[in-house]
Amino acid sequence: MYKFRQWSVTNSRRLEAVYRKFEPLLIRLHPLFKLLGYGRLEKPVRIVEKAVKGLMFDCQMCGKCALSSTGMSCPMNCPKSIRNGPCGGVRMDGHCEVIPQMRCVWVEAWRGSQQMRDNQAIQQVQIPVNNLLKGSSSWLRVVRHEYAAHEGERIQ
Amino acid sequence: MTGAQFEQNPGGPLLPKEGHVSRGRLERVLRSGKFAVTAELAPPDSAMADDVYERARMFDGYVDGMNATDGSGAHCHMSSVAMCALLTNVGYSPVLQISCRDKNRIAIQGDVLGAAALGVSNVLCLSGDGVQVGDHPEAKPVFDLDSMSLLETIRIMRDEARFLSGRPITTPPEMFLGAAENPSAPPFDMRPHRLAKKIAAGAQFIQTQYVFDIEHLRQFMARSRDLGLLEKVFILPGVGPLASARTALWIRNNVPGIHIPDAIIKRLEGASEPKQEGRRICVELIQQISEIEGVSGVHIMAYRQEEAVGEIVQQSGVLDGRVPWYPGCELQSNSA
Repeated sequence: MYKFRQWSVTNSRRLEAVYRKFEPLLIRLHPLFKLLGYGRLEKPVRIVEKAVKGLMFDCQMCGKCALSSTGMSCPMNCPKSIRNGPCGGVRMDGHCEVIPQMRCVWVEAWRGSQQMRDNQAIQQVQIPVNNLLKGSSSWLRVVRHEYAAHEGERIQ
Repeated sequence: MTGAQFEQNPGGPLLPKEGHVSRGRLERVLRSGKFAVTAELAPPDSAMADDVYERARMFDGYVDGMNATDGSGAHCHMSSVAMCALLTNVGYSPVLQISCRDKNRIAIQGDVLGAAALGVSNVLCLSGDGVQVGDHPEAKPVFDLDSMSLLETIRIMRDEARFLSGRPITTPPEMFLGAAENPSAPPFDMRPHRLAKKIAAGAQFIQTQYVFDIEHLRQFMARSRDLGLLEKVFILPGVGPLASARTALWIRNNVPGIHIPDAIIKRLEGASEPKQEGRRICVELIQQISEIEGVSGVHIMAYRQEEAVGEIVQQSGVLDGRVPWYPGCELQSNSA
């Protein structure tokens, strides 16, 4: 929802702090996830993730969450799906060139990012979206990725 | 540049040069520290090669490169790759424009190899206008890459001789990499940082959106200097003549990303010959822009006034007597 999406950007610093607590918690659940099987967990986790992030960020489930680097403004809501915005068409009032009634996702991203503790993350070049990951859980991927780094496991 | 630097024919590549990524003339002019002029070449709505040459000839002796737009304004025209191939054939130095709107990463990488094989040395990486502003608003917008990842993709192809997938490329494309920026669009604070990001992704030259508000450009350049960016990239601010106050108002209200200050609109309103006044404003802007620290040239977008480009360049005096190469210029005496 647009209103919630804007709230999330306004509260980007708080959400960043929450996620910083949430991520290690998720990672600690790895043994449990492994026991239950990541494959079996994918669907229920995806449903929860979609519900939570859909409500808060209008998340499009791209599978490669960039919210921490985009001031809690989901780049997939940009009508041009720009992962490294903003484009040159932003209106003087900070609204989108394609959807004039919507604030530019990247103007919002800049606003959100500058309030965050890690206000430099927005400077990193984001690689193109991997369309194979579309619709999958970003949370589970983060955990698996973290463990793969530690244990040398193969990332799927 | 003289014809002696060509190996075989005017369409053939120039000899490789130390420290250059391309064999194009635009990179040579910029790296030699000369004030460069590029212009936008509107593609024809036809399948006739002569239509391209006729338009290009209007710029002869005034520009160092011409941008063949890629479906600009989301309208259908002759493709940029084909235009660049035609222009390269006779020795011009075109800038291939690639918009992410119409092609995915498979098509784009193929086009880059093809264009480079045809001798195209410069590429401008753009996200592209949304389809809603064009003549096919019902089309599917692709946007598989964005301008930033497009830059990085071509840099990887050129410098690492591989596709995004990792598969090797036997002969990498020698391309001088360009990007766009808009000093007159929000968020103003972020723009210089975004320029830094584009440089990190591979940008070597920048052609900006129209600059009508010189203060925006001054601030953008000053902050880019503070970030240490001016030594890393050649910046060519965009300019163009406005035909009348009515046109200016229409552009301001209907073309996102183009900011025209009231003062310019007032000047056009008060002029007895608005078209001439628009060109005078453009000349003055070029002169002011050329004084700004870190500016390497200008990019002229004279939409529907292409015939005025020569006059504008001449009156601005920025070429300082230099005559950029054009086909047949060897036959004239004072080409440089």
